[in-house]
Amino acid sequence: MTQFSKTLPLLSAVAAALALQVGPAEAAKKEKCYGVAKAGENGCAAGPGTTCAGTSTLDYQGNAWTLVEAGSCLDIALPDMADGAPRTPSLEALPRDLPS
Amino acid sequence: MTVTQTTFRSAILDSQQDRPIGLSDAKGQPAGRRFDVYRNNVAISLTEALATGFPTIAKLIGHENFNAVAAIFLRQSPPASPLMMHYGAGFPEFLRDFEPLAHLGYLGDVADLELALRQSYHAADATPITPDALETVPPEQLGEVTFSFAPAVLVQQSPWPLHAIWSFNMQDGPKPEAVAQDVVIMRPEFDPEPHALPPGGYTCLKSLMSGDTLGIAAAKATEADNAFDLGAALTLLLSGNALTSITIST
Amino acid sequence: MYDAPQPPKGLPNLPGVGYKPQHYNDLLANSGTVGWLEVHAENYMGDGGRPIAQLRELTKRFPISVHGVGLSIGGEGHLDSEHLARLKHLVDWLNPTVFSEHLAWSTHDGAFLNDLLPLPYTDDTLTRVCDHIDQLQTTIGRQMMLENPSSYLAFDESTLSEPDFLREVAKRTGCGLLLDVNNVFVSATNLNYDPKQYIADYPLEHVGEIHLGGHDEDEDDHGKPLLIDSHGAPVVDPVWALLDHTLSLSGPRPILIEWDTDVPEWPILHAEAERADIALSKVTA
Repeated sequence: MTQFSKTLPLLSAVAAALALQVGPAEAAKKEKCYGVAKAGENGCAAGPGTTCAGTSTLDYQGNAWTLVEAGSCLDIALPDMADGAPRTPSLEALPRDLPS
Repeated sequence: MTVTQTTFRSAILDSQQDRPIGLSDAKGQPAGRRFDVYRNNVAISLTEALATGFPTIAKLIGHENFNAVAAIFLRQSPPASPLMMHYGAGFPEFLRDFEPLAHLGYLGDVADLELALRQSYHAADATPITPDALETVPPEQLGEVTFSFAPAVLVQQSPWPLHAIWSFNMQDGPKPEAVAQDVVIMRPEFDPEPHALPPGGYTCLKSLMSGDTLGIAAAKATEADNAFDLGAALTLLLSGNALTSITIST
Repeated sequence: MYDAPQPPKGLPNLPGVGYKPQHYNDLLANSGTVGWLEVHAENYMGDGGRPIAQLRELTKRFPISVHGVGLSIGGEGHLDSEHLARLKHLVDWLNPTVFSEHLAWSTHDGAFLNDLLPLPYTDDTLTRVCDHIDQLQTTIGRQMMLENPSSYLAFDESTLSEPDFLREVAKRTGCGLLLDVNNVFVSATNLNYDPKQYIADYPLEHVGEIHLGGHDEDEDDHGKPLLIDSHGAPVVDPVWALLDHTLSLSGPRPILIEWDTDVPEWPILHAEAERADIALSKVTA
């Protein structure tokens, strides 16, 4: 415990730095990420006016499923993670991200 | 000819099956693609629910792949409850086990993050403490302080650059670098925001959320990573309205 | 049988709109001719956050109709007791002006299919639907309204017409009815009957609310029109005409505009509400 007695006095400085606080939450404020709000809404409408979209043979049939190359995963350079081997959550073994 | 809901449901979810007999048009002819309206509604509405619930996954693998993956998932895991806000709880595990996507090892963690964002969005409201609540604590007692957390605060540990992958796709953030990143989701008002946790931050938060005192949490976090900065961690929590009460344990 | 006045009283005989969060600020600034709002029950069953905060504000300013889309009243199995409890909780805290649900099923054997699926109109279905409505009305302690579906096909086993089925449900359970005029038009087109005859056969005295919405056009295997209840377009002229016909028989009723997919900017939705207002003014005058 004693090793933190030096850390803790910093707290009041931290608190003082936070004098700027957001006001009370207002329902009218603009959504920052509308995607989350829209996710999982229930509705009672039918889908788009086509009867074929849900019936194409999309069912997974073993090796018949192929990944079409598309999407931002192609842009992400994670060379040491691209071998497909799942990595165990070992905190010490990995370099840590240091947010500025 | 009775068409049971078991028959109806089974034919909706499996388009290889014949359409049920006993469903007709106005002339008594077999319903044919009229039945497909229901197949379509179910498949499309659930696919769209997954696409809006997991937009980062959709961007990562592309919409065409996403729709194909969703088509498989929704048939093996249709919603278990009428609350669509909860749909997709099994999607992260599904992605982890889905062999054609095994080379993208981070998908499961990213899907967990997206689920957590939704959970945070719908979590109960809580009134946060302000920084001056911390200022009133006598300095010698700061180590004995415990906090309660807003229900919208969620933490996630990941061996992947989880926050950076999310930010790259959803906020035009820089390309992720190959580092592990733990994340805290906080909801300062009504919009959940993921933040990358600083070194030791995950350990500190888990400790505080389990009811440990600030002193104990700081000790554990420093043990986990000696670069741990308590001031930075508290700043993050206070600015995210994460703390809802402060108690000095005696 | 639930003891309630008939027809259901509560909503004003004005246009209402299905509430969409993107219209929140428009509605608070100037709701125009819109006199009430309808929300889908299931979207307000979280623990907190923006949806519930918005609803708390809206209920101070507008009569609210709660429209359930997930109870599966026509389901072969038991009603979901957890979902009944959630509905009761919502109705208890919000105290909406009215509550309505659908003549349909959506949950079977533990799976919720997120669509309003059709029912055969038989004595068995009638008994089951009435039992479930009794259970719901007893649980939430108030009368509900039951909405007619959009039909894309018919069950060979059906022995009752839809209006007869609904009349009997209202008689046995004391529930009110929600008449979706677009659904009547869609079903009549798809199953080749006269929508005016449907309205003539329908028990209008039980109607506490009318729905209007847009539909999409498709074709069946034989090239016959197949209309789909998409709620993603303006209400078409023949449906407005069917509304006029209905109101001339029923008198004024609360009229809801439903627009759930490809939701437009507020002025476009409001224009639909204004058109409903004109239809109402023709019968009140």
